[in-house]
Amino acid sequence: MFDTLSLSALPPEDEALRPALRALIAEAIADLPVHRRARSWQGFDAAFSRKLGQAGYLGLSLPKEYGGVGRGPFTRFVVVEELLSAGAPVAGHWIADRQSGPLIRHYGTEEQRQFYLPRISRGEALFCIGMSEPGSGSDLASVRSRADRQADGGWLLNGQKIWTTNAMHSDYMIALVRTSGTGADRQSGLSQLIVDLKLPGITIRPIIDLTGDAHFAEVFFDNVRLAPDALIGEEGQGWKQVTAELAFERSGPERIYSSVVLIDAWVRHLDAVGRKDSATLRLVGSLTAQLAVLREMSLAVTARLVAGESPVVEASLMKDLGTGFEQAVPQLIGDDLASHPDEAVDAELYRTLLYVTHIAPSFSLRGGTREILRGIIARGLGLR
Amino acid sequence: MDMHELIDPFARLIEDVCTPAAIRAIEAGGDAAPMWQAFTDSGFLDALVAEEAGGAGLSLADAAPLIALLGYHAVPLPVGDSMIARALLAAAGMDVPDGPIAIATGHGPVPFAGVAGHILAGSSEAPVLTVAGGEPTGVHHDIDAYVSGVDGRALRPIAAILRALLMSGATERVMEMTVAYANERTQFGKPIGKQQAVQQQLSVLAEQAVAARIAAAIGARSGLSPRPADAAIAKHGASLAAAQVAAIAHAVHGAIGISEEYDLQLLTRRLHGWRLADGSESYWAGVLGDLRLADSTQSTADFIRAA
Repeated sequence: MFDTLSLSALPPEDEALRPALRALIAEAIADLPVHRRARSWQGFDAAFSRKLGQAGYLGLSLPKEYGGVGRGPFTRFVVVEELLSAGAPVAGHWIADRQSGPLIRHYGTEEQRQFYLPRISRGEALFCIGMSEPGSGSDLASVRSRADRQADGGWLLNGQKIWTTNAMHSDYMIALVRTSGTGADRQSGLSQLIVDLKLPGITIRPIIDLTGDAHFAEVFFDNVRLAPDALIGEEGQGWKQVTAELAFERSGPERIYSSVVLIDAWVRHLDAVGRKDSATLRLVGSLTAQLAVLREMSLAVTARLVAGESPVVEASLMKDLGTGFEQAVPQLIGDDLASHPDEAVDAELYRTLLYVTHIAPSFSLRGGTREILRGIIARGLGLR
Repeated sequence: MDMHELIDPFARLIEDVCTPAAIRAIEAGGDAAPMWQAFTDSGFLDALVAEEAGGAGLSLADAAPLIALLGYHAVPLPVGDSMIARALLAAAGMDVPDGPIAIATGHGPVPFAGVAGHILAGSSEAPVLTVAGGEPTGVHHDIDAYVSGVDGRALRPIAAILRALLMSGATERVMEMTVAYANERTQFGKPIGKQQAVQQQLSVLAEQAVAARIAAAIGARSGLSPRPADAAIAKHGASLAAAQVAAIAHAVHGAIGISEEYDLQLLTRRLHGWRLADGSESYWAGVLGDLRLADSTQSTADFIRAA
């Protein structure tokens, strides 16, 4: 079972990207304190995202004819690994580059591709994804936002989205909404629409989280008029499209590196205080060993994407294991530091630790909760 | 090379000679010679021996699926140990005995020493072979045994990777058995595998089984003279998984799982023994932590990429 997952190696031409990219990242994060770097994929810096786009590090898997780089998931693996392991602020381009671009390429019309993809590749069209609603988190089939077809072929959109990452900074939302039937029809009758967030009738309210950040938002649609070409893909096929999209979201190195800035800061602390007792070595080694295995698993899932497959079950398996690790890190490092009360811990490391500790519950929520993922794995095992 | 041409005959051989009844007979002290002869006749014992020395010249990564199969079937003889021992002995220009060889790397029980003819210690470059004379552990039906008077510390990395590969095969089998059982066993009017609580447990089991396989593969990629970091990642990952996989499998099976007549225990007893052999997860975590802290300016991502 799952024997399609096996060790893979990054192509040399992708490995070769690291030095130049690293220089660009070093410049961007030079003045960022560690607790800001620890935010990484919540860190919003539109200027940095544009810089990455100009340098050819976005739209990696998009074809050149649409302004992309024309490479593939392995290239993206290297770029994402460099960005996240350094703690670069990636939130600006993150969703457009990771999900919206591939979605538009796959399901969009030729006009949509030509309109959106070059701008995504330049880091100039920022996207958010409208999936969750009040009362509809992992149970996406129950979404109630509704778009009704108008006489001119356009759409009239009403409803509300919530937990929408970076909606207030984005240019567009790809929203999953009901275009026919009722909630009783579940998956059928859902469609994906591209919504220009500057249209009249849209209100966006940031949601401040427990760390003081606002990376989520509530988005209200009040009789928003959309043009006929707002529909992406087929009407009524939104569920199928979303499921495929989530496979992109669940696989990459983003599911293992959320706590790595904290690990590195802690390792530097251990060196500074000269602590090398056996309990310390074991904790350092255990976290390192687990991360090494997770990285190979993530690479193995990426190799399935390269092979043109949609490894939904494998990606779920990897994500559940990876986010479990990411969440264990702040707990274990917190215990380690606080079990040495006579050792001075600088305030920056403490701020980083507490930031990661407080935000860690989100690691296993974004992109499908642990329980939902385990259900997908169980189906893969033939239990459902 | 098509790996199936290699794996399929080996799988058939094991299924023929290593039935659950045959395993139980050897564990009960029966004659292991016929089963060993079948492995000898197959030629697979020299899979890792260089071609110029008369072997098949496979790399450890190539042979990894074969070793995992030994774990998958709970083969009660040191076939994998002997494959590695024979390669090291041949490379050192030493005579290779016909019988089963176990590898001793510390003072704890040595896997398969109770059914081995010889014990390998020393190092990869200078292997030392002694005639086996193991002390029983006293654990019920244990084929492992204590070995005294040898020093095989230098062989610990390669032995750890071997053990990780065996565990990866065993966890795979335990996963398959447990999923099959959950689909068959009915309680409250439906298979227990239909219960979400059971499904969630089995998903964790599957995650750990895959993690064990990937960890072992990292070790196998490092070859017969592995780097300590690769051995550490392999054995840490597989040992961590082994304990969890065994625990979940038994929880899902209920009481039947710990029955002597049910085959699950043939595998989970191996998993526990192999987890403890050649350094547990904490031992190898300590080794890796020491290597990692040697340069604290290096990022963790860079360290694991180099590992």
